[in-house]
Amino acid sequence: MQYQSQAVAKLYFTAAIGLFAGQILFGLILGLQYVVGDFLFPAIPFNVARMVHTNLLIVWILFGFMGAAYYLVPEEAERELHSPGLAVLMFWVFLVAGALTILGYLLVPYSGLAQMTGNDLLPTMGREFLEQPTITKIGIVIVALAFLYNIGMTILSGRKTVVNLVLLIGLTGLAVLFLFAFYNPDNLVKDKFYWWWVVHLWVEGVWELILGSILAFVLIKTTGVDREVIEKWLYVIIAMTLITGIIGTGHHYYWIGTPEYWQWWGSVFSALEPIPFFMMTVFAFNMVNRRRRNHPNKAAVLWALGTAVMAFLGAGVWGFLHTLAPVNYYTHGSQITAAHGHMAFYGAYAMIVLTIISYAMPMMRGRKAANSNRSQVLEMWSFWLMTVSMVFITLFLTGAGILQVYLQRYSDNPLPFMVVQEKIALFYWLREVTGLVFLIGLVLYIASFFVGSKDPEVAVEQAASPTA
Amino acid sequence: MSEAFTKAMARNIFYGGSLFFLLLFLALTFDTEGALPDRDNRQAITEKVAMGKRLWEVNNCIGCHTLLGEGAYFAPELGNAYKRLGGKAGIIGFIKSRPKDGIPGRRSMPQFNFTDEELDAIAEFLKYTSEINTANWPPNIQG
Repeated sequence: MQYQSQAVAKLYFTAAIGLFAGQILFGLILGLQYVVGDFLFPAIPFNVARMVHTNLLIVWILFGFMGAAYYLVPEEAERELHSPGLAVLMFWVFLVAGALTILGYLLVPYSGLAQMTGNDLLPTMGREFLEQPTITKIGIVIVALAFLYNIGMTILSGRKTVVNLVLLIGLTGLAVLFLFAFYNPDNLVKDKFYWWWVVHLWVEGVWELILGSILAFVLIKTTGVDREVIEKWLYVIIAMTLITGIIGTGHHYYWIGTPEYWQWWGSVFSALEPIPFFMMTVFAFNMVNRRRRNHPNKAAVLWALGTAVMAFLGAGVWGFLHTLAPVNYYTHGSQITAAHGHMAFYGAYAMIVLTIISYAMPMMRGRKAANSNRSQVLEMWSFWLMTVSMVFITLFLTGAGILQVYLQRYSDNPLPFMVVQEKIALFYWLREVTGLVFLIGLVLYIASFFVGSKDPEVAVEQAASPTA
Repeated sequence: MSEAFTKAMARNIFYGGSLFFLLLFLALTFDTEGALPDRDNRQAITEKVAMGKRLWEVNNCIGCHTLLGEGAYFAPELGNAYKRLGGKAGIIGFIKSRPKDGIPGRRSMPQFNFTDEELDAIAEFLKYTSEINTANWPPNIQG
């Protein structure tokens, strides 16, 4: 750690990991409710648990992005953060607002929460992923603005690198697009149309810029490859992201009342959306192969390669699987969608946050560059357990989805939704068991912060052999 | 990547490409706004429908159901519930009859204790939704 103020990232990363654990616990509750329908009913109905699961995901990823920015921006800009105090203050504002919102979901019936928080004045609640009370949303905007101010001032008055610039563009886009969360017309079609400007243009647009810049930063640091090379790759990747992803929004406009030409625009452009993810995989492996140093933090390099591969599989391959309009006609809103959502979010966004945490946390906890061998070995076990179980969760949901689509939509005698759900329960059970393996991986991950913390650090690096 | 392809070229592709496709997206959005009145059933949006949509939202129905295929996959699609359940009466009857403590071992919709006016509003909202032109989605009545 080269600058004192980078240390604020530690708060953000710690909170991110804590909320991640909460997300997984609620995921297991949901998985069980799929097969034991009355589990925790009516205390925690499915919709409440799902809201907690998805909102915790969004919040912990945002904590991760902010922590990543606070860590890497000073190092890239070669100066201290504009205001470390503001960063700490905003951390507590965001954490308390987030915690109160989650408690509100769990303790108050949702309609009561809407009433308490004055949803009638500016109704924004009750839309998927944007369930937060309007006042929470306003709080998110305030935190985002303070955050952008802090990061922006640091970047403007320091060294300007492509990594910082791309990160800033991504984070600005994130904040600006969130404003569409406040637009909720009575017209359902228009509601849905602009809802995607938040959801799609986040995860298949500006978030990929954030992902790319964090990955580029970690690769510069761990491989020692020339910054010029890495920055050129970064530009090409994010160019492809936005060239394909913006019009790619059209793959959500097939069946919601929008004109049918979107079936063409959406199919063609979203079929190209795997390209930037594939390039990211090639990029990560290329840089590691051409490394000029062997960084002692092997776990961080593993996460960096892992996120590139899993993002391509989850977002690229599983996205393409159901993105063409004639296919999507049958798969829209089925377990296929759920399968894609799980691996894409884990591969692209959970793993990139875990990558930067893995790289940065040892230094913020007083190490020179990396954790002890024991700690790293445990962390790499957790990598494999979580990643492999996510692959199987995705495969089981895909199996469930194929059967669901066939029985409910494709066969000559379509069956009712609930009848089909019972027929495919085996796959839900397998998904739930695999979820338990994921939880074990997560426990090991958290344990890796405590195991071997008194052992000596992995030996200082040696230069990579010139042939590599 | 080859040396002939410089960082400045990559940067220009990023800015130029993004700007071009952003503008194209805005143009398509503009065209969509013009085409929507013929498809989105807006003439059917009454105060009752608007009230129904609000009730749909503040009870977080999307947390279990899909509506036009978007939402959670725990409970049936409701974009065509008006047709599948046999009109407003079918919808109202179903919502009203949910047992307070659920059904042992099975998924069950909570009992929301709606007033008659609220039930009517929800049913009106689902009727309006079922008449949006969705390019023939879902493939059949099962949703």
